[in-house]
Amino acid sequence: MSDALHHRSWQGYLRPDGRKGIRNLVLVIYTVECAQHVSYAIANGEEDTHVIGFPGCYDNAYAIRLMLALARHPNVGAVLSVGLGCEYTQPEKIADAVRADGRPAEWFFIQQAGGTRTSVAKGKEIVARLRSQICKETTRVPMTLADLTVGCECGGSDGTSGLAGNPAVGAFFDLLVDAGGRAVFEETVEMIGLREHMLARAANPEARQQLAKAYDKAERYCRSVRQWSVSPGNFAGGLTTIEEKSLGAFAKSGTRPIQGVIRVAEHPRGPGLWILDSVPDEHFMQFGYTNPNDTEGLMDLISAGSQIVLFVTGRGSVIGSPVAPLIKITGNSATFRAMEEDMDFDAGRVLAGEMTIGQAGDELADLVTQVAAGAPSKPEQLGHREYFIMYKHQETPSLAAGCRA
Amino acid sequence: MKPRCFQIQPQDNVATLIDDAPGGPVEVIGATRSELIAPEKISRGHKVALCEVAAGEAIMKFGVRIGHATSPIARGAWVHLHNLASDLDDRSGTLDLHTGAPTDTTSAYV
Repeated sequence: MSDALHHRSWQGYLRPDGRKGIRNLVLVIYTVECAQHVSYAIANGEEDTHVIGFPGCYDNAYAIRLMLALARHPNVGAVLSVGLGCEYTQPEKIADAVRADGRPAEWFFIQQAGGTRTSVAKGKEIVARLRSQICKETTRVPMTLADLTVGCECGGSDGTSGLAGNPAVGAFFDLLVDAGGRAVFEETVEMIGLREHMLARAANPEARQQLAKAYDKAERYCRSVRQWSVSPGNFAGGLTTIEEKSLGAFAKSGTRPIQGVIRVAEHPRGPGLWILDSVPDEHFMQFGYTNPNDTEGLMDLISAGSQIVLFVTGRGSVIGSPVAPLIKITGNSATFRAMEEDMDFDAGRVLAGEMTIGQAGDELADLVTQVAAGAPSKPEQLGHREYFIMYKHQETPSLAAGCRA
Repeated sequence: MKPRCFQIQPQDNVATLIDDAPGGPVEVIGATRSELIAPEKISRGHKVALCEVAAGEAIMKFGVRIGHATSPIARGAWVHLHNLASDLDDRSGTLDLHTGAPTDTTSAYV
């Protein structure tokens, strides 16, 4: 990596907890599906205003922790939470938690505001006020790679993902870790067969214990739901063993030591490389899927405090994400050419012999710093902000610890 | 242009074809550069051996063991279900070489 990249600096936004954001967003949060339309109507046409929420009327500790992690994300400057008025999840408590963290937040119930048009008008007035407040009051600070948390997952994979797409991210992750930043990857169910390989990467005995526990849970989970990540199509495509397929996905982790395991809505406990465990814990109701779609996985990575997320896809994808900009990478140059309006980075050039994996990592780092400095990624330019969270069970010591850790 | 195969790490003893190989010369690119001869038609996405491998020896890809050779493999040969087995998944050795379809449950389809 060039020294210039290592020391490249841009202006970010300082948050009360000391973390730094790369965007200064107002987040509108609906606390039940019934308040979803009004929330999107409030945000519609408003600059730097994104929407998240939870569709269920019955609350769920996992989902509340996840929403609070997004509400207090470094890219978020202020929050408006909107409820219908009869659901379990409380918009007032969300606003209180955000205010207690030192950021402006407001809330209201639609039933008390008086219907759709009145609520939208009220919400837009609040968003305008919050926006002008954070534009005036948020402290700008210099940032470098050392201030970044970057998450990565892959989906819509093909034969190029393990050869070029994921290894390019691995090279960037090595560079990010060496610069003092935080790198997060997930999909422990796609690490089956790599138990010893993964444990050998543990930074210390505690991390080794956490990795073993997460791996064993993922294997038990796969066994119980009979969902293994390998199929006849994979074999016909040239993959021969589950170890080989898992390694293709694991290649995104690069080569640096793994510091430990975090759960959904937890932040890395220090700099370096971390695994995010998004597999449901054992529960008498046995509910929740590990990653029911690509967007759910991205929300997990953003809940870990990632200011930017990376998505590796061989076949191509058109998704984006709220809260943190998404950068889409493909190892397949044909996919890149066909979907260039959506894809940010062509790692297929490594396979064509035009560049080395190391050069791809450097170029990706350059792109990440440009997006961090304010240049919109392709999904941002197109207005893609797909969002999805669901009921799931994960044990944490307490709700407050789950939000704060 | 000769079909190409891509070697990920220098210690790998297999490389992945990024073009269809009709049989004949194949260019090795990636971690090292050389040329080998494919003895038969091999499809894109499949693996070829970069050196001779003895039965029981580790097959290395990504710099990591992905299983073991179940028979001797010549340089340039196709490496797949017929000569490479998982260290964990017993079933991988029973799948149809070309389609990947299971053969161990054939008797259930009656």
